[in-house]
Amino acid sequence: MTAYLGDVAALARKDLRLELRARDTLPAMALFVVATLVVFHFALPAGASEDAAYGLLWVALVFTALLGLGRAWTPESEAGALDGLVLATSDRSAIWLGKALATLAFLLAAEVVALPAFALFFAPLDGPALLGVLLASVGICAVGSLVSAMAAAARGREVLLPLLFLPLAIPLVVGGVGSSISPEPGAYLAFLGLYDAVFAILSWAAFEYVVTE
Amino acid sequence: MSITRPSLSALAALAVALAAASVLMIFFIAPEDADQGLSQKIFYVHVPIALTAYACFGLGAWKALRLLLTRGERYDLESYTGIHQGTIFGALTLVTGSIWAKASWGVWWTWSSNQLVLFLVLFLFYCAYFMLRFSIEPGPQRERISAVYALFGVALIPVSFFAIRLASDFIHPTVFTRAGPQMTGSMFAAFCTSWAAITLLAYVMYRTELAGKRTDVNLRELREALAR
Repeated sequence: MTAYLGDVAALARKDLRLELRARDTLPAMALFVVATLVVFHFALPAGASEDAAYGLLWVALVFTALLGLGRAWTPESEAGALDGLVLATSDRSAIWLGKALATLAFLLAAEVVALPAFALFFAPLDGPALLGVLLASVGICAVGSLVSAMAAAARGREVLLPLLFLPLAIPLVVGGVGSSISPEPGAYLAFLGLYDAVFAILSWAAFEYVVTE
Repeated sequence: MSITRPSLSALAALAVALAAASVLMIFFIAPEDADQGLSQKIFYVHVPIALTAYACFGLGAWKALRLLLTRGERYDLESYTGIHQGTIFGALTLVTGSIWAKASWGVWWTWSSNQLVLFLVLFLFYCAYFMLRFSIEPGPQRERISAVYALFGVALIPVSFFAIRLASDFIHPTVFTRAGPQMTGSMFAAFCTSWAAITLLAYVMYRTELAGKRTDVNLRELREALAR
């Protein structure tokens, strides 16, 4: 068990270190999400309700996550690094968990920029909304790391990833928007937790089949 | 297997007979709905098609699970064919549901019908399945990735259904219900006949498509063997 967690930590740390050295994903995500929010200001008609802005926040978050997920497996696909990881003796699901944690770290970092910007430009965010963002981010990274590994095995991965990911993200958007605007956010937060549990277990169990030849 | 399966043409003939019987029952035996009148008749087609689509998606996922557990190559085509049939019936569900919505509510599309929205989400999801499948080189990796995605589909069905129920609270406070008066005995009989006919039709289509796909694969293998 400790060996497994050690593998996961090593893999996640590898991604974070790569990002710290090359800085090719995180600045792009942060800039993208702020640019999207500015575009939304002009897309919303004057006098639109705050609820509409909360809805658009979730569109921005999902697309920002897609931007990060599209690059998630780039280091592995170069020079056959993924084959090396698969052949290493550790449990293969550790590769998925490490990647999910690393993408979660990127997404949370982008949200640290996005959420204050949203509160500044549009409307304040309360506690349940922030919890909703956190829970949905876990789900996005759990499912996203798996489907982006699928897309990485295919031709035209940049085109394929959104097609695979968006139908799976619809329940997350429902839970997220509900937790932001509903007066009783409990049901939506519970739903997000359920989604995270179901799809994290499924992705954890299924990852091995995606990467082995 | 010692039990011989009934021949495909016999099953096809039975499906046609059942379909004809169900049409007769729908129009001549089942009474007309008091509220919706004639337009309610599409219920006898729409709901069985939707149930059949679920069954096909379930079959595709079951074969996918068998593929992952046993590594049996033949399950790949079976899973793919099941999902293909499910997508066809899912598209038919959208079409018939849209017609019903126009007849009873006056609009071609309504976001307040949870079942229709669910089928739209599933339709998008399974269309992406085909995109994924045809973007990967044929081989064991394609079989496994397709199987994993098919399994995600059956997890997505209840999760999406629940999500759409939740969403209808903030998108549309008023929810249409189709729970009209209870079905009478003859209505239920017509419904069951129609359901049996459509399920059997789906099975016949599944077997036919599978036979075609298998022949295709065999032919390609023979060609490659000859070319060597």
